[in-house]
This record gives sequence, C-alpha cells and structure tokens, in this order.
Amino acid sequence: MPKLSSATLLLCVSMPALADEVRVAVAANFLDAITTLSEQFERQSGHTVLISSGSTGKLYAQIKNGAPFDVFLAADEARPALLEHEAAIVPGSRFTYALGTLVLWSPDRGLIDAEQSVLNNGDFRFLAIANPATAPYGRAAQEVLTGMGLWERFSKKMVRGENIGQTYQYVYSRNADLGFVAKSQVFSQGQFADGSWWEVPADRYAPIVQQAVQLRDTPAATALLDYLRSPAGLAVIQAYGYGTDAAQ
Amino acid sequence: MLAPQDMAALGLTLRLAGVTVLVLLVLGTPLAWWLSQTQSRLKTVIEAVVALPLVLPPTVLGFYLLLALGPHGVIGGLSMALGGGSLAFTFTGLVIGSAFYSLPFVVQPLQGAFEAMGRRPLEVAATLGASPLDRFLTVAVPLARRGFLTAIVLGFAHTLGEFGVVLMLGGNIPGATQVISIAIYDHVEMLQYDQAHTLSALLLVLSFSILMAVYALNRRFSVVHP
Repeated sequence: MPKLSSATLLLCVSMPALADEVRVAVAANFLDAITTLSEQFERQSGHTVLISSGSTGKLYAQIKNGAPFDVFLAADEARPALLEHEAAIVPGSRFTYALGTLVLWSPDRGLIDAEQSVLNNGDFRFLAIANPATAPYGRAAQEVLTGMGLWERFSKKMVRGENIGQTYQYVYSRNADLGFVAKSQVFSQGQFADGSWWEVPADRYAPIVQQAVQLRDTPAATALLDYLRSPAGLAVIQAYGYGTDAAQ
Repeated sequence: MLAPQDMAALGLTLRLAGVTVLVLLVLGTPLAWWLSQTQSRLKTVIEAVVALPLVLPPTVLGFYLLLALGPHGVIGGLSMALGGGSLAFTFTGLVIGSAFYSLPFVVQPLQGAFEAMGRRPLEVAATLGASPLDRFLTVAVPLARRGFLTAIVLGFAHTLGEFGVVLMLGGNIPGATQVISIAIYDHVEMLQYDQAHTLSALLLVLSFSILMAVYALNRRFSVVHP
C-alpha cells in the first residue's frame, strides 16, 4: 500500500490551510457570550468562527485526544493550566478572559427571596446544579451549599446536569424548581431574566476564574483572542454578567 | 472492585431494564397482536411510530420526554393532577422513557412471531370451541414463545445500554437515576479510566452473554421443533 499512503500524504500537504476559520471549544456557560462576540468578530475581521460547547472536563479530554480546536475557552483555570503543563498550547497564550458569577435562579417570581428561605427550609422538590466533578459552576454550587450546611441534606433532591447548559435547561423547563446557574445564562443587556434570583456573594465560593488557551498558532485564532481582550470584547463579556480581570 | 456508587448504578440499571421489559410485555403484546391481525389502514402509521426509536437520536426522544414529563407537559401534568409530582428525575420517569426507547425491540419480534403463525392454528382452536382469550393464551402464546424470548432479551439488553434518554431526563442522581452508562460517562469525564474500564467491561460481558444465551436457546428451539 505505499502508493496509497504517499498519495494521502501528498493530499494532506497540499491542502490549503483554512487560515480564515477559527474553531472554538467553549464551556457551556460562555456559549451565549461567545456567540455574540463571534458575530461581531466575524463582521470586523472576515474570519469565520466555529463553536463547539460542552463541559470543561469533556472538552479537555477531547483536546487531549486530538480534537481539532484552535482555541479553548474553559470555565476554570485548572484545565487550561494542565494543558499548558502538558505543553499542548501555544506558549504564553493562557490568560483569564472572564470571572464567573454564580446565581441561584428560578423561573418562579416568588420562589427565591433575599433570605434564601426556600433553601433553608428545603421547600422544593428538585434543585439543579452542574456536576461538581466536571463543571466549575457545579463545584462552586457545592461550596456554597456546604458552607450553608445543606449539602448532605439535599443529596436526594439534587439533580446534576452534565454541564451548566443542561442545568439551566432543567430549571427553565421547570423540571427542577430552582438551580445554581451561571449569571450569564439569566442576565443579558444589564437585565435579569424573568423569575427570581439570588446572586451568590463572591466570598461564598472560590472565584470562578475562566481561562482561555490557544491550541494552534493560526492568525485567525490569535485575532479572536486579541478581540476578547479588546475594549469592545470586554464590554460584551461584562454585559453578559461576567467580571473581567482588571489585572491584565 | 466496584465502588458503592457504581454498584448502585449497576443495580439500578438491571432494575430499570427488568421493569421496562415487564411494562413493555403488558403493553406491547396486545399491540403486536393487533398489528399482526389487523387489516386497518392505521397499521402502517402505528408500525412507523413503533419503529421511530430505531432511527431517532435518543436525545430527540429525551428532549421531548423532558418537556412531556415536566410539570407543564402532558404526562407530568397528568401525574401532578393525580397527586403525584412531575416525573423527570424519577425512576418512574426513566421507565417511561425506556419503554419508548425499547418499544420496537419488544413489539417487532412479537409481531413477527404472531404473523409467522398464520391463521390456521387459531381457526382450528375456534372450531373446537375455544374463546378468543383462550385461543390467544393456549395457542398463540406457546407458538410465539421464540418471539417472546427474543422480545424479552432484546428489550432488556437494549435498555441496559440506554444513554441519551437518561442523560436528558435522569438528572444523574446516584442511587435514583444514575444508570451504568451515565456512571461510565462521569468516570471518563473525571479521567478515572480504571473505573470506566471496569464498568464498561462488565456491561460488555453482560450484554454479550445475554445475546449469546438467546441465540443458543433459539437454536435449540429450532432443532427440537423444526
């Protein structure tokens, strides 16, 4: 079969690099934001953005196994740091693009009050969280509930979404009464969605530091990451309810 | 060997598969019988509906079921009206989902067996004065036993490996809705490949043994009753 393999090799070498396409793996919580960002970026740069969303844990495993992404926008700093440690990224490309905020949200207007009585009374059937083992927002939710002394008590009432997107879906479809979701999912253009919510104080959980890494050194990927750090990009990220790292 | 949570997932999966098969036998047998006997124009429509889970992605089924089982959905709303809760994230909800998911695997072998029987044996039984129910139970069911065996085994084995539907409407509650396929998925996500291997191998061996058994039994039947 040497003929075939050399022909294949030739084909691979002679394929033009799609320099104007950038493939982004994004943690589910940032999907809405990156969609808006991409639209603006595409208009401005002429590049095309292809978005794949999932849980940070799964995306990491896929990247480790050769998934063809140029940029990884994670929901934590652990997995990007791990990729950097494994020399799987463009050196020096890891940075914090957003700071996540955890919100307890319900589509019911009267359910969540300022004292979180609904939590303290356990007055609900199901509480949705993201899977703490794989999703950073789930880990944060676990920290908050543990801090309130409720983690053990709710073990039978908690439903775990595979990622924060599915967690939101559980609450939105009212299969779960309330859930810990990302602020970005229930907040846009400076407005909370209908329902009731409690923005969890930042001191109740370790900061959700969301980091980006560049996996392949293409001009389009570099341009996209630069756009995320530009004033225009930062404004969109903040409009979705994220903090941005002032230290950069 | 297996962590308690994995044991719970295994037990839950076997229970889910067992209950689902029972439910499908009760509902699927009359349906398969009707399909095998009817001249109605509805037959093709019903047959297509029964076969849908073979071609639809489980996520589609799971998504519609999540909406239907919720408090505002058809099934969930009915359950609430009857004093129960909504059904997503419960074992009952998983049984309903699995019943849809494994429907063709039970109905089709039964329908095939009933059709293969032809009308003759029942006509003979009728001449001898057997009532319709008597005819069905004493003539049709024994003659269709290979169909029943295939239906039970395929329905069970198919439910064992269910993933997409449960992922959509299970909520991943350990001991309540966390089935073995979800447990494997979680282990892979957490990079716990050893546990993932153990569970996967277990499922593989189990599924293979079940299928081997049914083919062996089927062969025996055909040798004994040519």
